[in-house]
Amino acid sequence: LLFCGCAVAGSTAAAHVRSLAATCAACHGTDGRAVRGSAIPSLAGLSREYFVARMRDYRDGTLPSSIMQQIAKGFSDEQTDELGAYFAARR
Amino acid sequence: VNRRELVQALLAGGGAACLAGCAALRGAPRTATVVVVGGGFGGATAAKYVRLFSQRRIDVVLIEPSAQFVSSPLSNLVIGGTAQIADLTRSYASLRREHGVTIVRDRAVGIDAARKVVALARGDSIRYDKLVLAPGISLQFDAITGLAQAQAAGTILQAWAGGPESVGLNRQLAAMPDGGVFAITIPESPYRCPPAPYERASLVAAYFKNHKPRSKVLVLDANQDVVAMGALFKKAWADLYPELLEYRNHYKAVAVDAKTLTLSFDVQEDVRADVLNVLPPVRAGEVALHAGLANVNSRWCEVDFSTFESRVAKDIHILGDSIQAAPMMPKSGHMANGHAKVAAAAIVAELQGQAPDPQPMLTNTCYSFAGPDEAMHSAAVYEYASAAKTFRPVAGAGGVSAARSEHEAREAKAWANNIWADLLA
Repeated sequence: LLFCGCAVAGSTAAAHVRSLAATCAACHGTDGRAVRGSAIPSLAGLSREYFVARMRDYRDGTLPSSIMQQIAKGFSDEQTDELGAYFAARR
Repeated sequence: VNRRELVQALLAGGGAACLAGCAALRGAPRTATVVVVGGGFGGATAAKYVRLFSQRRIDVVLIEPSAQFVSSPLSNLVIGGTAQIADLTRSYASLRREHGVTIVRDRAVGIDAARKVVALARGDSIRYDKLVLAPGISLQFDAITGLAQAQAAGTILQAWAGGPESVGLNRQLAAMPDGGVFAITIPESPYRCPPAPYERASLVAAYFKNHKPRSKVLVLDANQDVVAMGALFKKAWADLYPELLEYRNHYKAVAVDAKTLTLSFDVQEDVRADVLNVLPPVRAGEVALHAGLANVNSRWCEVDFSTFESRVAKDIHILGDSIQAAPMMPKSGHMANGHAKVAAAAIVAELQGQAPDPQPMLTNTCYSFAGPDEAMHSAAVYEYASAAKTFRPVAGAGGVSAARSEHEAREAKAWANNIWADLLA
């Protein structure tokens, strides 16, 4: 039970990031795992640094895109970093 | 309800169940039951994500009358003849197999909010701790004189929920002689999927261009202008279908004559066509109406946007097209998928004795085909504004395509495959 208690501490923050990541899942698949062969890439297992850099490039417009330049602007630096850590942990 | 399967699912949780179990041990019912009504984009997502977010600690029962999931997004391709209904059909079995959702193939017909019980068409009833209602829309046939009879006779179809009517409308177009007229009438906004009628008109025009070039598409819109992606649709129509497609605004249909296939409008002159697609106004799904949950103009259900709980009845969460949406929030499958995740997180938090996420977010993308191989999109990101208790588009984010493209047509199909998997697989 002690072990369980530790897991519950901080779970509201964890739940928030999990919900944030779930907004990506509609296009990129549950937990960032896209359907095999999808034209939309998986996010699961990307490194945190790579994810954050790509999102920044989309926001700046240095990486051209149809949709992501518009979506990336909806997330703060802090949220983008949280998402990067979340997807990096999905292997 | 297969109890053996439920017990097995709980036992199979093992160590993971311990981690999640603490909160449950503290206050929540040992095995809370969430009942979900409707297996569309909202309901199926809610069923899956309550199981995911609770690490399978909360039982989920999904009530859905259809044997299989059939997508409305992409169904205009079926009407235009470049996709089959089978391409848009997926099994519900993975919700049971992969996520331990109990699926009851029946229709919910009544809700007793005081006793927390859902009544089913075949006479059973199911008790819930939390109810998720995702009943889609109901069509207001009585708003257009003669439409209910024409629909029942199969003469004038709507095809507004995908499935068999999409195939039926495709057959009517295939049977129409070259030189005929297809007329689509669009109700006043808000209605399900704002760009869909314009996409449909475009895809029918593409079919005519390739197969019946002397025919014509008439778009008769009750609104003062194209409701979604207006500039993109108008450019596509001018580029691709200049002689084929005619758009008329301020055409509000009030009556149909199924014998002569004639439309009457509130102000404009009558219009006759060879194939009619008459879309009446829509409102919340029937089970929500009957339960008295549609408290906004007797059409839409008002919810608390931080949890999607009904403003009328406690412990009933309502998703998707049935809700009174926040400003700038379209009635789309993608939005319903997002509503479901916010609701699922809030339900799991409450049943486990925790506070709901104070800052839920939503995203939306609506792809629309301008022709079989070209598409464009509208996208947005929404954040919960706690003071105003609503969702607002994040300033500076979102927008529409710079131009339609073949690339976005491929993306639209990838989106569909991924979101279908997100709600079912």
